[in-house]
Amino acid sequence: MEDKVIVETKYYKIDKPVELECKRELRGIQVAYETYGTLNEQGDNAILILHALTADAHAAHYNSPEDKKPGWWDTMIGDGKAFDTKRFFVICSNVLGGCKGTTGPSSINPQTGREYALDFPVITVNDMVKVQKELIDHLGVKKLIVVGGSMGGMQALEWSIEHPDMVKSTIIIACTPRLTAQGIAFNAVGRNAIISDKNFNNGNYYHGEHPERGLSIARMIGHITYLCEEAMHNKFGRDFKDKPSFDFGVDFQVESYLEHQGRIFVDRFDANSYLYITKAVDYYDPARKYGSLENALKDTKSRFLIISFSSDWLFSTEQAKIMADALIHINKEVSFVELKSNCGHDAFLIEWEKQTKIIESFLKG
Amino acid sequence: MLNYNVITKLVKENSKILDLGCGNGTLFKMLVDKKHAKGVGVEIDENCVIESLKKGLSVIQGDLDEGLKQFPDKSFDYAILNQTLQSTNNPEYVIEEMLRVSNRSIVSFPNFAYWKVRFYLFFKGKMPKSRALPYEWHNTPNIHLLTVNDFFEFCKKRNIKIEESVYLTRKKARSGILIRTITNFFTEEAVFVISK
Repeated sequence: MEDKVIVETKYYKIDKPVELECKRELRGIQVAYETYGTLNEQGDNAILILHALTADAHAAHYNSPEDKKPGWWDTMIGDGKAFDTKRFFVICSNVLGGCKGTTGPSSINPQTGREYALDFPVITVNDMVKVQKELIDHLGVKKLIVVGGSMGGMQALEWSIEHPDMVKSTIIIACTPRLTAQGIAFNAVGRNAIISDKNFNNGNYYHGEHPERGLSIARMIGHITYLCEEAMHNKFGRDFKDKPSFDFGVDFQVESYLEHQGRIFVDRFDANSYLYITKAVDYYDPARKYGSLENALKDTKSRFLIISFSSDWLFSTEQAKIMADALIHINKEVSFVELKSNCGHDAFLIEWEKQTKIIESFLKG
Repeated sequence: MLNYNVITKLVKENSKILDLGCGNGTLFKMLVDKKHAKGVGVEIDENCVIESLKKGLSVIQGDLDEGLKQFPDKSFDYAILNQTLQSTNNPEYVIEEMLRVSNRSIVSFPNFAYWKVRFYLFFKGKMPKSRALPYEWHNTPNIHLLTVNDFFEFCKKRNIKIEESVYLTRKKARSGILIRTITNFFTEEAVFVISK
């Protein structure tokens, strides 16, 4: 068995206030991050990995020898992998508004000494990027490649728009330049489940019972959207856990799976963070902000690689093509690939072999 | 490959090209290296897309038969369809789309009226196979084979202007046409520059 590579999550405190898109200021923002590989002297071999809705800074390797599971994208990051740490300095940080070490609604508001809860300002994808930029500057990175799947892809896109002189290449996976009405609807139901939980208490639940039921229902809804009919059929079919119970408990395998996913999620995620981050995803729409997607992207200097998955209906191929088409219209360097997969939206976390081939080739070229 | 050299000669310096069915990107890369071309390839096969990416080319995975909707009118100097016309489902639509998105289109195809092809069918009584047409009748992607004469007729009917034409045999490329019947007989592969 290969030795576990141990990596430590580090923290960077931004000492200046950051003005957010909502015009409010946040002070004392802390960013949790991990790095893999070594930054070269020119500071131009960096890859910034941007995570999806509920992931964290721990993208690769292990935090301790006892850890059973490596980081969430360990299949893609490391020695000889798609994001080869021999060649690149790979960075991943937890997003603003998260609950995995970066400042978010569960952090202590220095002005009150209590958790922000719903006093936390409503953040956007643009704000997440603003905070990442502070970290990148602190690390001495001059030029970089930005990569992200799902909400991470939105951040990558935003990076290419906001920092055209820094971003050399942009890799956007299983992503859309704006969530569909259907996507917003699913997020809205998830938020409703949290807000209507009896323990929600207008977000001030940190010293009592947490709105666990609401958060776990939100997660269940999420998981339905991350799979597809075929994936669910293959995984569970109509199989019973045991036999029909003739009550309203968990009968089917698929119910059991959702219950399980919901249950384990509440141990690792904050309900308020879920509200804030899904809202940021809903709001993201550079075409609206700039009049058109073409206009938003017109100053970008990056090469783009856009990857979609055939069975992903949440962030579909059609959605991904909107980005590719806009870039084509304005004569930017863009490649687009639709990978065949029956894993639904989750494919970007599962289909690492297919993605590796594409990404390796793109990074070689 | 001879037809790559021919096409490379036909393309002007610093052109913006759309290479349809760009395969592993060999021709596209030649155009980038020798003619400083820019642009994008379209290719359906995943492994070919990967090979093109390795060469640093921009490539869009897609099906030509679904059209070129994402490309605005006259957005390329050249649209190139090299050895692919005969394997599209709807060649007419593909050519109309090429003409729409480019100032000039370059189309090349194996000539089914080449004398060796004719003799193969005549003497063997079987679907012709050759270097340019290596497949069996049942597994060939070439579902719309055509001849030089067919192409002339096709263009004439649709008011498509033939700007240049190059006829290739195994070793030689010759521009322009002498006597159509003879050219049609001796050409193994034809390259046309068309516009509308």
